[in-house]
Amino acid sequence: MIALEKRPQPSRFWTFATPLLAVILTMICGGLLFAALGKNPFETIRTIFFDPLFSEFAWFYRPQLLIKGAPLVLIAIGLSFGFRAGIWNIGAEGQYIVGAICGAAVGLAFYPTESFIIFPLMIVAGALGGLLWAMIPGVLRVKFGTNEILVSLMLVYVAEQLLASMALGALRNPDGMGFPGSRNLSQYPSAANLEIIQGSGMHWGVLTAFIAVIFAYVALSRHVFGFHVRLAGQSPRAARFAGVNPAALILICMGLSGALAGLAGLFEVAGPAGQISIDFNVGYGFTAIIVAFLGRLHPVGILLAGGLMALTYIGGEIAQSNLGLPLAAIQLMQGMLLFFLLAVDVLTNYRMRFGQGKPA
Amino acid sequence: MNSPLLRLSGLTKAYPGVIANKDVSFDILPGEVHALLGENGAGKSTLVKTIYGLVKPDSGTMTLQGQPFQPPEPRAARAAGVAMVFQHFSLFDAMNVAENIALGMENPPPQREIAAQVRKVSDQYGLPLDPDRIVGELSAGERQRVEIIRCLLQDPKLLIMDEPTSVLTPQEVAILFETLRKLSSEGTAILYISHKLEEIRTLCDNATVLRLGEVVGECDPKTTSARDMAELMVGSKLHVPEKADKPAGDTVLTLQNLSAKAPHRFGTALKDITLEVRKGEVLGIGGVAGNGQDELVAALSGEMRVAPAMISYQGRAIGQMAPNARRRIGLLAAPEERMGHAAAPDMSLTENAVMTAMTRQELTSRGFVHWGKARSFAEGVIKTFDVRTPGPANAARSLSGGNLQKFVIGREIMQDPDVLVVNQPTWGVDASAAAAIRQALLDLAAKGAAVIVISQDLDELMEISDRFAALNEGRLSAPRPAKGLTVEEIGLMLGGAHDMEVAHVDA
Repeated sequence: MIALEKRPQPSRFWTFATPLLAVILTMICGGLLFAALGKNPFETIRTIFFDPLFSEFAWFYRPQLLIKGAPLVLIAIGLSFGFRAGIWNIGAEGQYIVGAICGAAVGLAFYPTESFIIFPLMIVAGALGGLLWAMIPGVLRVKFGTNEILVSLMLVYVAEQLLASMALGALRNPDGMGFPGSRNLSQYPSAANLEIIQGSGMHWGVLTAFIAVIFAYVALSRHVFGFHVRLAGQSPRAARFAGVNPAALILICMGLSGALAGLAGLFEVAGPAGQISIDFNVGYGFTAIIVAFLGRLHPVGILLAGGLMALTYIGGEIAQSNLGLPLAAIQLMQGMLLFFLLAVDVLTNYRMRFGQGKPA
Repeated sequence: MNSPLLRLSGLTKAYPGVIANKDVSFDILPGEVHALLGENGAGKSTLVKTIYGLVKPDSGTMTLQGQPFQPPEPRAARAAGVAMVFQHFSLFDAMNVAENIALGMENPPPQREIAAQVRKVSDQYGLPLDPDRIVGELSAGERQRVEIIRCLLQDPKLLIMDEPTSVLTPQEVAILFETLRKLSSEGTAILYISHKLEEIRTLCDNATVLRLGEVVGECDPKTTSARDMAELMVGSKLHVPEKADKPAGDTVLTLQNLSAKAPHRFGTALKDITLEVRKGEVLGIGGVAGNGQDELVAALSGEMRVAPAMISYQGRAIGQMAPNARRRIGLLAAPEERMGHAAAPDMSLTENAVMTAMTRQELTSRGFVHWGKARSFAEGVIKTFDVRTPGPANAARSLSGGNLQKFVIGREIMQDPDVLVVNQPTWGVDASAAAAIRQALLDLAAKGAAVIVISQDLDELMEISDRFAALNEGRLSAPRPAKGLTVEEIGLMLGGAHDMEVAHVDA
């Protein structure tokens, strides 16, 4: 019989060891799953986790890692503040879409003028778009006590409809011969989110993601704001006693996560994606939730988790094309990762005892 | 002499780093009221948990009515006739009395039958209680009755009561004692744990004193003085707080018709509270829990905002001021609930120090926390108030209740407030630590600060207060000089009508 015993203090060792253990368990169970599908489990795991980094085509995959990882990290950093404070913004996907639409709209409005000010303006518009979209659930929660989980989630579907209408209507490329989708921003130099170093995958969004990690780290460990966020998440009453205004905290956390998601959308639409199209969003906003938790809501953890998640995306694509693995199997494996992480998390706060507590 | 109901011999239980019980042996006779005395950490809880089957002893044996008794879990202890009323109630606010009682049963009979049984037992033992009432609306005394009746329905041979009177008015205590005496006259033994020595002297037949896990003495409480018992518990001379007589200073805090709606469904509305507090005085506010204490503290700390003019501090209307702004001008508070309100359980003591001391101790600059400064402030609190912990990096939840209480009170006192509001400052704290906290509050007042002590412990209030007022259903009585107040007068101030139904014990 196994008994769980609460630790007097959270274990430092397990705080760091649980994500690794979760990854290892995912590899084992994922391997079993792939074996059941008739694939060689070792080859599949190697393809997903190691080939993007170390195979002969890694020169192609490594920049992809940054391109896929940056939006995940950027969004997850924003979400982590709210999640720590017990404010559940599930609608980052919607804020990502609206940020992209707003940013792209500003860029397209200037077309074909060339000016250095256009890209910065787009960045501001992207952040503002995401922020305002996130303010809807935030204000509704503060004013009317609605559940921000439901409202933010439902606004994702609204944003998707908005995206479709923009791609087909207001933002459609006038020279596009009637095809849906906007002009390609990456071919409009003043509005393009270009690589800072050619061929590295290092675009402005990647840089922003790294800066966000540093800022988040400083805010959480050194600044009163981060302290209040942590306090509010652990003991709402204690936070109120310490002088935290719960309504303001909700609005700030929602706004912050919305703005970062909007930025991620803008960098994506102006760079790797290039245009507003009906299928512009690919689920970064939802995957970022997994990334945030996988990284223990800690900025450095999120950076590593974002990298890992991007790895499974790219490795998954390779496995799909090279080994014929179905997409569902890859997604199943990503789900496993979150599941195991939450499951082994119990070790941080509890100690396992074997053979004790049995009836005498 | 009777053969003992329960005999403990050589019970020993060690936890990593501490021996909770060391070779504890004593007997409990059928029908006696046996007191278990000791400071916090003396091993009383471990001992009763052993009897109740929650803790397995490392060595030693127990016999119940001559039979070996080693309950592996509480269910077995209950089946053998041992029942326990815990200090913290395990009741669901939103359910009624009968439903709550059914929840604790193995095979609950239909509601109607439970209700009938509750009525019968409550009649029989003089515990007025309506089985259809919602628990959230009951007073602490009534909630305790639910727990007691829950135990009595099992027809126990031994009833364990952990600190049962800490939340009761003197009148409710009288009702409880009547019930316990009746039970004992019917042959039920009672193991009674309390800090309140006077109570033990009026109620108990026998007392066993524990210190650092060992039995250090037995005495007959009817013939031993409270002071002697206390010294037996502490193992040294007891320090009684000294109060200096001094003239009252200028008015520093004024409440003018302070009213506020109940903040949540089971809260209490504050009604027309008017009060003046002067520099250098200790104002004691008594009252049974749930009569507006939490709300009054919240209104003073700034957690609950009221109309500006309702609270004025040194002539400034501050009813709308935020908590940290109040701290800046010298109005500090320490709420009752330590875990999750006065302190964040999972955070370190350093972080908990930052929680309220940030503003006055200047632990931040331009929004950045000086962790080094915060750590030394936390260390100062730990040292000055003798908080037993390896260091400020430890999580608040790793401290015992009494130690954490010393920390949260010390944290406020060390910030040198002009007005300090404390709610239940010594709740669950052992005698010597409680004396230290009271002395610190008195010292603070002697330095010229005004101290408002809200407490349910009337002895404590009488010991340290200059003036005394009582809260009842959100109203505050007019304060009166504490010197010379009799227990009857206090009882009346506490609001006579509140659950004052006299016990109807069928003789």
